[in-house]
Amino acid sequence: MALRLPRKDVVIIGLGWTGSILAHELLQAGLDVVAIERGPWRDTATDFLISYAQDELRYRLQHDLFLRPSQITVTFRNNAGQTALPVRSWGAFMLGNGAGGAGVHWNGETWRFLPTDFVLRSHLTQRYGADFLPADMTIQDWGVTFDELEPHYDRFEYLCGTSGTAGNLQGKIQEGGNPFEGPRSRPYPTPALKQGYGHALFAQAARELGYKPFPQPAGNLSQLYTNPLGVTLGQCTYCGFCEWFGCANYSKSSPQTTILPVLVRNANFEARTYCEVTRINLDRSGKWATGVTYADASGTEYEQPADLVILCAFQLFNVQLLLLSGIGKPYDPASGEGQIGRNFTHQTLSSALGFFDKDKYNFNPFVAAGAIGMCIDEFNGDNFDHGPLGFVGGGYIGQVQTNGRPIETTAVPPGTPAWGSKWKEALRDNYLSTVNCGAACHGSFYSYRDVYLDLDPTYKDRFGRPLLRMTIDFHDNELKMSAYLTDKYAEILARMGAKQVVKQPRKGPYDVTQYQTSHLCGGAVMGDNPGNSALNRYLQSWDVPNLFVQGASAFPQNAGYNPTGTVGALAFWSAAAIRSQYLKKPGPLVQA
Amino acid sequence: MYRLDRRQLLGSSAIALLLGSETARAAIVKGGLPWKPGSGDPPAAVTPGGWRYFTAQEAATVEAFVDRLIPADVLTPGGKELGCAVFIDRQLAGPYGRFEGHYMTGPFQQGTKQQGPQSPVTPAQHYRQALATLDAACRSKFGGKVFADLSDDQKDETIKGLEDGSLKLGGTDGREFFKLILKDTQNGFLADPIYGGNKDMASWKMIGFPGAHYDYRNWIDRHNQRVALPPVGINNHPDWSQ
Repeated sequence: MALRLPRKDVVIIGLGWTGSILAHELLQAGLDVVAIERGPWRDTATDFLISYAQDELRYRLQHDLFLRPSQITVTFRNNAGQTALPVRSWGAFMLGNGAGGAGVHWNGETWRFLPTDFVLRSHLTQRYGADFLPADMTIQDWGVTFDELEPHYDRFEYLCGTSGTAGNLQGKIQEGGNPFEGPRSRPYPTPALKQGYGHALFAQAARELGYKPFPQPAGNLSQLYTNPLGVTLGQCTYCGFCEWFGCANYSKSSPQTTILPVLVRNANFEARTYCEVTRINLDRSGKWATGVTYADASGTEYEQPADLVILCAFQLFNVQLLLLSGIGKPYDPASGEGQIGRNFTHQTLSSALGFFDKDKYNFNPFVAAGAIGMCIDEFNGDNFDHGPLGFVGGGYIGQVQTNGRPIETTAVPPGTPAWGSKWKEALRDNYLSTVNCGAACHGSFYSYRDVYLDLDPTYKDRFGRPLLRMTIDFHDNELKMSAYLTDKYAEILARMGAKQVVKQPRKGPYDVTQYQTSHLCGGAVMGDNPGNSALNRYLQSWDVPNLFVQGASAFPQNAGYNPTGTVGALAFWSAAAIRSQYLKKPGPLVQA
Repeated sequence: MYRLDRRQLLGSSAIALLLGSETARAAIVKGGLPWKPGSGDPPAAVTPGGWRYFTAQEAATVEAFVDRLIPADVLTPGGKELGCAVFIDRQLAGPYGRFEGHYMTGPFQQGTKQQGPQSPVTPAQHYRQALATLDAACRSKFGGKVFADLSDDQKDETIKGLEDGSLKLGGTDGREFFKLILKDTQNGFLADPIYGGNKDMASWKMIGFPGAHYDYRNWIDRHNQRVALPPVGINNHPDWSQ
């Protein structure tokens, strides 16, 4: 029998980016807030020490900061005809754990989606006709527009201190920025990072080919910055240990460096760590949440009653908790009905290796930052005419090499022996003079009827709950898009002066062992009616109005950008609706 | 240490343990950032001497093996001298060797390549089985000699047999073991020396990686110039011992 704890106004499940933002916003509204976090508390001064933070073996290869599959994992199959098997060790994506969530280990790429991304189906149908889209593609409009989200993108960027160059300031195109971005109300809070040799050379070659390169918007700060909450971030030192690592220098935007120090000082806030929510509790009507049940590390169960439940776990676990709690109707791929688990997506990454003459080029690849790099956006979203190409979607293309860590980022030309003196020579001859950027083409992943999440019939977690099952494969549309983008990137590498370019377009089937970003999206998507979405435009559950579900699980499909900027913007957007509308009259904010 | 009750849940400050057992680390964070001195968790440096996992016979085989994967040449000393076998031994004796943190609940069944490794055999068990069958295979092929006693050419021939799948290990495909020992050897060669391999940062000097420097702000603008900093590791800097 779970021990019943005193009621709180708000319970937040998971203390990553969205949990921290929602906690802060609701504390500002005068509510008392408890956050239940299944991992440890983590902080710069205690956990990310410069004397040992730069450890590739421990943090990159052995996943020291991440959730452990022994604690919880997922099962995976390419299609419904296969038996899903558990992901026993992470590969295709990495899942954060503990306070700060994935905001601890990310690279800091802080993008906005394109205005057309939010009205994707309407826009593509209008431009190319409904028949242009594959019949089983289930993309849809978000129910929120870029213009509505812009002030909230702005709030997230100013919380983070994002470093970048504006490309469109209130409708005026700016030299040196991304001319394709939606209009922004003001410049980035801090100027763009400096760029390394390889990044600068990419920009020069891209300009020569007629593109408009711009610095990647970065959550690695170019200068000292104090955010609106009064928290100060340091200047990035280009140490080259960013993604997979905690930042020892207070210069990567994370909940730790922007918001947690303020949260914990608020008397109405508390966090409970190493506590895992096992279900969201509903009243007898099944239409109102009464709070959550959670277990601490010893397995002891507690019931935390609350008036408002904010689900802020990682995308996969948001969907799993909805399914385990019996909230919403599970998606059925046969009928296409049901919303929980529908429109699951990832990212379509591809790249090319550029080998340069070692006597002429030294890129010092280890002098880098997580979101350093120069990009072009000519081939993202619908910035280019897809009519003759036979696919939709795209992605940014860039020299965004983040590091020169020796185990992960050494590349040798094809045909090199895998061991022995020849291998060593190739390592020596190419380490400093290779552009080796795994995420050069950051392609979209649109949604399909047969890509979805549900509960696994066989495999269980340590509480005996069914694991979430991923059924996912690439479709021709994404593979064509990836080949097209990879060709464009390879052309720029050749223009930079590479003596050998090795293209690495994405190939199917989807492989759960090949890292492809941790940008898993969808499964509990937002939309304009309960027939096409689990959540309304404010991320409020259609089925349980005192439940709001944050994060990328709300994306109806994934765009050709990193998701964190949009996740942050949606969190502020949702919080604003709760504060300005919901708290005055708790109930549905949109009538079904 | 105390047991949970409501008063403690309500009245705690900064950080408090919820339950008394040593494994239960559930805590409340409230009122300020939890901090206590000495809470860092640096890696323990590998200490030389002896074997923590391998038997003497296994160690001899692995030392001979890593010395062919990373041969001594003009670029670096060989894998044995650089500590790659010690690295693997210490890794196998630790969390890595027993798949700690992996999902180890059955049923275990073979899936597609895309579904990833599904074997319950841990790296430590894999080495034990494979090294024994490797010596058995060498004995029958090379007139009773074990792997460590072969000539360099014979060793290379044997490794190539594992790599291309032509040499079977006790009925199992030698390729899986080849991939495992190659990855572990190269990790030892290229990882921070604190883990027992990459002695004197030999691999880092070979490729031009200056190691775990904290601050490259003075170098970001210096395009196409070789960084003239001595290599530095977590626990050792070439100048610190002088």
